[in-house]
Amino acid sequence: MNVEILARIQFAFTIAFHYIYPPLSIGLGLIMTIMEGLYIKTGRKIYEQMARFYVRVFALIFGIGVATGIVMEFEFGTNWAVYSKYVGDVFGSALAAEGIFAFALESGFLGILLFGWNKVRPGVHFFSTVMVTLGSMFSAVWIVVANSWQQTPAGYHIVGKGLNARAEITDFWAMVFNPSSVTRLTHVWIGSFLAGAFLVLSISAFYLLRNRHAHFARISFKIALAVATFFSLAQLAVGHSSAEVVAEYQPAKLAALEGHFDGNKAADMFLFGYVDQKNNQTKGLAIPGGLSFLTKGDFKTPVTGLNDFKPEDRPGAVNFVFQTYHIMIAIGMFLIALTLYSSFLWWRGTLFQKRWLLHVFSFSVLLPQIANQVGWYSAEVGRQPWVVYGLLRTSKALSQAVTAEHVMFSLILFTVVYVILFILFIYLLNKKIKHGPYDNHNIDHSPRHIEMADSL
Amino acid sequence: MATFIGIDYQTWWFLLIGAVFTGYIILDGFDLGAGALHLFFNKEESRRIALNAIGPVWDGNEVWIVIGGGALFAGFPEVYATMLSAFYIPFMLFLVAIIFRAISIEFRSKEPMAWWRRMWDVSYSISSALIAFLLGVVLGNVTQGINMGADHVFRGSFTEFLNPYALLTGVTTLALLMMHGAIYLVMKTENRLYAKLTVMVRNTTIFFVIMILLTSFYTLLYLPHMAAVIRRYPELFFVPVLMVLAIANITRQITKRKYMFAFISSAVTISLLMVLVAMELYPNMLLSKQDAAYHLTVYNAASSQKTLGIMLTVAAIGVPLVVGYTTFVFMTFKGKVELDEMSY
Repeated sequence: MNVEILARIQFAFTIAFHYIYPPLSIGLGLIMTIMEGLYIKTGRKIYEQMARFYVRVFALIFGIGVATGIVMEFEFGTNWAVYSKYVGDVFGSALAAEGIFAFALESGFLGILLFGWNKVRPGVHFFSTVMVTLGSMFSAVWIVVANSWQQTPAGYHIVGKGLNARAEITDFWAMVFNPSSVTRLTHVWIGSFLAGAFLVLSISAFYLLRNRHAHFARISFKIALAVATFFSLAQLAVGHSSAEVVAEYQPAKLAALEGHFDGNKAADMFLFGYVDQKNNQTKGLAIPGGLSFLTKGDFKTPVTGLNDFKPEDRPGAVNFVFQTYHIMIAIGMFLIALTLYSSFLWWRGTLFQKRWLLHVFSFSVLLPQIANQVGWYSAEVGRQPWVVYGLLRTSKALSQAVTAEHVMFSLILFTVVYVILFILFIYLLNKKIKHGPYDNHNIDHSPRHIEMADSL
Repeated sequence: MATFIGIDYQTWWFLLIGAVFTGYIILDGFDLGAGALHLFFNKEESRRIALNAIGPVWDGNEVWIVIGGGALFAGFPEVYATMLSAFYIPFMLFLVAIIFRAISIEFRSKEPMAWWRRMWDVSYSISSALIAFLLGVVLGNVTQGINMGADHVFRGSFTEFLNPYALLTGVTTLALLMMHGAIYLVMKTENRLYAKLTVMVRNTTIFFVIMILLTSFYTLLYLPHMAAVIRRYPELFFVPVLMVLAIANITRQITKRKYMFAFISSAVTISLLMVLVAMELYPNMLLSKQDAAYHLTVYNAASSQKTLGIMLTVAAIGVPLVVGYTTFVFMTFKGKVELDEMSY
């Protein structure tokens, strides 16, 4: 295999693995903030117990998120040196802002969040929880801005030629608010809130099915369901406006998302289907002219198709882009149905009476995770063959000093490490969930207790 | 060329990035040092106390390298890209070690079994020591320069980073951080563990003094370019003099059992070492072994004036905030370690 394929596999693998964790941190951060906020407001112990329990779950997720995130920051330089030089002037300032405003904030206050329960007043602790949550949300801001700039570059000019060419900022705010950054950031945030909310829903449903910690689980479930219902619906609107931006600025990607080839025809919108790339056609169940209607407001208007682009300017894996995009949408629709139906039952007062529904919820944690993953796959593979859309090809962005053997070495290294890490993560998460909430009244602060803990 | 208080933006960023990496080595340095010493503690309780001494702060300390990496990427993309792709293998090992250090701290306390805890103790200690060593190896290679031509692409072999000088600087950095970590731990502990650590402080200090002497001789003999600036400006000789005094003061404060002052002296030693390296490198950032004309300098490797200016604004807003709440967090957890139900 050549360096390009290996380097792409390595980047895709390390970023996909990393991306399991930050959305959970952001989403769980929001829910922890609500729980601890309710504790501060009402003074009821149950909310404190909830906050303490989910902070422990958060700690596990956050730890792996940070460790795998540092890899990403340095991988740009190790594997994609030409890309790094090309985008450094633009991308670098976003990354530096991310470090100083986001990572420093969340990691700084994390110590108080985890270990400060008995050291600071409840108000100060709540402040730390809010800061950690905001920090994790800010970290999404800068990285999504940088990625959006790669999708829809703005506020820059190109200096130099060939391998020495690079993009330089001409207008910082035009770079930050490039055409796609606001909708994509909102899309990412909401995807993260859903990931966190469904983790809590899943854990609570598990307790209710086992008839354990029932009071704790019911209240947690309702908090998470409110968050999940609101953001499932919001995601529909935001996802739609994100697709509109793609339609306007990345026509080749849009055509790949719906498997649309012939630019002289109206474009269909598929519910599901299969792209036959050899014969340039897509088969499946579709709303005829649906994409034309959504993008142009009319069922008959032609939409730019893949055939309008030279073969070297089209995404290679059209069926992959098509399928991942449609899986994301299907999951989004299912989440809306699930949360609306559950909210209806909540209103009727029969929410916890249907065991099959609790079974669905106990596995539902996987759905936003899968949607977040496949959504990014379609966004990134759909951008190919460009690493910076229309400006820099992926094949030209590699480190010239690095050979296939080196990339193979690091790829194997990361695969082994991440597989171990994932097994341990699932094992420890499962253990934490099975242990359940900690009963504050039973915690004995006497020295004897500490000695017992030490003798473990 | 745009300037701020009479200094051009490129030089400002050279200084700021140097300051961030110095901050990283001082702050995460004591975590790494404590980690490297971890297996010398025999009892479960001692290991828990040592781990919880860095527990609430190590994550915040580690962020400094993220900021440093981001700032290097933004300020000097050429240096970031060339250096990371040239030191591909050491950086990959560094990243894996960073992962293992983090998860060892996180996972160790999650199970009570002795084999489980021993396994994470070993992984924590080895990865901490490896990070410290690799930092030194990279520093040793940066001071020697790398094989790169006019296109600023590394053309050497990937095993050349393991040369005698880099190995020496690697071990010296490990010794320095072990001393630094031991002094930090002695401030955070009491009773028997404290007594044990006072001995470790003495031993690691001796280890460091031997290593820094060897490194200094080697540098003066074989890397004459690393003393060129001081030869040209003899008045700058006060920097190495201050460094020797700072090291001497570590031993003096240790004898007086004033470990807080010893820790400050150790931090000053780290800073002065970095100042020495920066002073001799400037205006170069990455030396070419082939020709001085191919060096990457703060001028030919920098981002545009506009980006450097934007980033100065970002730093002017961000740095005081970071320093402010870092101080707050350190104040919250000051004093000796107390284990409670939330501890590792």
